[in-house]
Amino acid sequence: MSTTKTESGGVSCHEDGTTTPPHDHHAHKANHHSSGNNSGPQELIIEGAGCASCVGKIESALKAVSGVENAEMNFAQRTVSVTGNADAADLVKAVEKAGYNAKLAAAESEDDALAEKEKSDQAYYKRLMKETWIALSLGGPLMAYALITGEVNVNTTTERIAWLIVGILTFGVLYFSGKHFFVGAWKSFLNHSANMDTLIALGTGTAWLYSMVVVFFPESVPEQARHVYFEATAIIIGLIDLGLALELKARGRTSEAIKRLIGLQAKTARVIRDEKELDIAIEQVLMDDVVRVRPGEKIPVDGEVIEGHTAIDESMLTGEPMPVEKAVGDTVAAGTINKTGSILFKATRVGKDTALAQIINMVKRAQNSKPPIGRLADVISAYFVPVVMIIAVTSALVWLNFGPNPAVAFAIVSATTVLIIACPCALGLATPMSVMVGVGKAAEAGVLIRNGEALQTASKISAMILDKTGTITLGAPKVTDILVAGEQDENTILKLAATLESGSEHPLALAIVESAQEKGIETGKVSNFNAIAGHGVQAEVDGKTLLFGNEKLMRERNIELGDFVEKAQGLAAEAKTPMYFAVDNKLSAIIAVADPIKEDSIAAIKRLQHNGIRVVMLTGDNRATAKAVAEKAGIKEFFAEVLPEDKSKKVQELQMEGEVVGMTGDGINDAPALAIANVGFAIGTGTDVAIESADITLMRGSLHGLADAIAVSKATLRNIKQNLFGAFIYNVAGVPVAAGILYPLLGVLMNPVIAGAAMAFSSLTVVTNANRLRLFKAQEH
Amino acid sequence: MLIINSVGVVVIALIIWWFWLYKPKEAELGENDLVITVENGTYSPSRIKVPAGEPVELKFIRKDESPCSETLLIPELQISDTLPLNKLKSIQLPALKSGEYAFHCQMQMYRGQLTVN
Repeated sequence: MSTTKTESGGVSCHEDGTTTPPHDHHAHKANHHSSGNNSGPQELIIEGAGCASCVGKIESALKAVSGVENAEMNFAQRTVSVTGNADAADLVKAVEKAGYNAKLAAAESEDDALAEKEKSDQAYYKRLMKETWIALSLGGPLMAYALITGEVNVNTTTERIAWLIVGILTFGVLYFSGKHFFVGAWKSFLNHSANMDTLIALGTGTAWLYSMVVVFFPESVPEQARHVYFEATAIIIGLIDLGLALELKARGRTSEAIKRLIGLQAKTARVIRDEKELDIAIEQVLMDDVVRVRPGEKIPVDGEVIEGHTAIDESMLTGEPMPVEKAVGDTVAAGTINKTGSILFKATRVGKDTALAQIINMVKRAQNSKPPIGRLADVISAYFVPVVMIIAVTSALVWLNFGPNPAVAFAIVSATTVLIIACPCALGLATPMSVMVGVGKAAEAGVLIRNGEALQTASKISAMILDKTGTITLGAPKVTDILVAGEQDENTILKLAATLESGSEHPLALAIVESAQEKGIETGKVSNFNAIAGHGVQAEVDGKTLLFGNEKLMRERNIELGDFVEKAQGLAAEAKTPMYFAVDNKLSAIIAVADPIKEDSIAAIKRLQHNGIRVVMLTGDNRATAKAVAEKAGIKEFFAEVLPEDKSKKVQELQMEGEVVGMTGDGINDAPALAIANVGFAIGTGTDVAIESADITLMRGSLHGLADAIAVSKATLRNIKQNLFGAFIYNVAGVPVAAGILYPLLGVLMNPVIAGAAMAFSSLTVVTNANRLRLFKAQEH
Repeated sequence: MLIINSVGVVVIALIIWWFWLYKPKEAELGENDLVITVENGTYSPSRIKVPAGEPVELKFIRKDESPCSETLLIPELQISDTLPLNKLKSIQLPALKSGEYAFHCQMQMYRGQLTVN
């Protein structure tokens, strides 16, 4: 046994005596970081420090490096914390010179962890395959011999000697190919627990021991019962190893989605420190570092552009296919790809804080969480193995008491077969494997599911409440119409109106000011500004008295409106908000503002309705506009004039009607309503996702994400049910048949080899079925 | 036959006692670094005493290559994490109320329990 270090500071003891070789690429990364670092202690991970006396040696070696103020080692964690401004590469070298290996703690990335996991999985797979071949190359010929000659009885001395040799060879198989089952069984036995290993070890162990008893003491069992089961022992071990190996491969595929997300991360960043450009590992990028990104490169961390202009492809995060223009002051997100220009940006979120890292983290967590549907399987799993052991013993007793001759052989075969066929794995894997694939699949579609419970509830949603502003609509009101009534032309009207509104903070006012800006119209000076609550505003511009507001305001001031009242009603019916503009007590124009419906909202709402979901719109807007927007969006029901604090009441109202309610909002204003809904959906805008605020986060602004989320969760739940059903039926039917329940009817008893094959492939079937979800495609948009 | 039947019944009784009724001793999450080893189908130690009302850190090291042992779940605390092979992994627990909290792998074959008081 040797002691080796580990990346996160642990110690690992490999029983086979191997040591983990030093990771040269980490040292290489450390070399990049050669500018010195004054921003706090540097953490080094030490490899090969096996004894407490190493601590002093390593610490003094580090303290001898120029620039080091102090070095303190945590022996339990195998880490050293070094303060001062020493060069990281020098620190690594000093430790190496002292006879140990070291690397920077920060150099451990998701990517490296993934690569390492794949390496160890690969090694495990190879070992399992080797064990499979060893077992099957003995078991196969033995079984062929038994089938062809039918001679597996032990009667003569020659047969005894021959079978003894085979028995010893089978023991070799148990040792080389099945040792892990026996060790696992024993260790968990000592720990008062039982698992799959226990069943396999007991089953194959019983078969082998019985066979050896027959070889050594043939007289102790009736003549017809002098069978040996060496071939079954070897083949069962081989098949189960094969099953484990194939399952390992299949499991690898279940985590493809997360691998793709991790693959989005850049490996290095070019930062400017002390006026020098350095290539460093992204784990070493600090807050406020200035990072340079050239065309075609990935954005390494989140930040704010401080120089340059470019277009960035953010589709991997938002699903938005068009590159987004970025200029000074705009934010950029890690994992997105810089297309056209070279930019400098200041790092604002690094390491685990970037949006991408948070998304990866959330997906990982969700993939491991379990929906309530899996709980029954958990309860069963907890009692499964001991119950199977009891059934095996009971079955043996029943055969011994009531079975035909040779009862002892029947008893052994039935007990062995029961132990082998029972498969807790299939049951245990049924839910997690599907969740793993389903959550990953959703993430690929830009849908972040918080946990298994949200996944399950989303599949049952019967009513969906959609907030209007920012959810169905773009959330950015725009001037849509200017109906001129007086002498001024459109631009003059816009200039005056924008000047008037420049002092107001109303969202509609903002729309008018923005509209003027877009047209390059400069606003003038405003005086005597007066907001008339519930009516509009009044002010003086260029010596003219301007009045801007609703019909009521105009009537009060006796302003002639003529047929413009009808025109205004027409605009309202088109889901626009019309406002009257008067200059010197004379109507000048109607300016209509509208928050346009997102391009694909109508189609997405249709998809929801098509799936039998009752879609309800919620808004603070007036009834007329709400009605018009709802009609335009194809929504039959709406709640208008709802105060923000009353939104959650509307959710409850629907829940009282017996609906499973999904609530969709921007995640900021709607937090209480999102929380109270059965499933809260937050619509993300771009990469600035409010990940923590909802059960399900839609990374792109489109409502199609809702339909996708519900479709994925339905498909996943269906998959889980298939798996659970299959695993239940398999065990519920397999165990009694193995115990010999069919014998009185058909006179047959299951062969333990068949049981071994069934067991090995039952869990593989579950994983493979879960993998079918990878092919799932949300309905065409 | 009577002997065989009696032995069988005793074996069943032993299975029930050993796997369900017997409560093994608890290890204490004390001053010295307690590391939970994940190997051969078990957490060792599997029953851990944790003080109530203060955030604590559990350290795990997984030496088992089987992918089953990779995921650690503490459902009541909504914790799910991945244990890397042969590497120390710390799991931060918030301040807990007195009670029993189960931790296990995805399939509940590896099982352990935190006793908080």
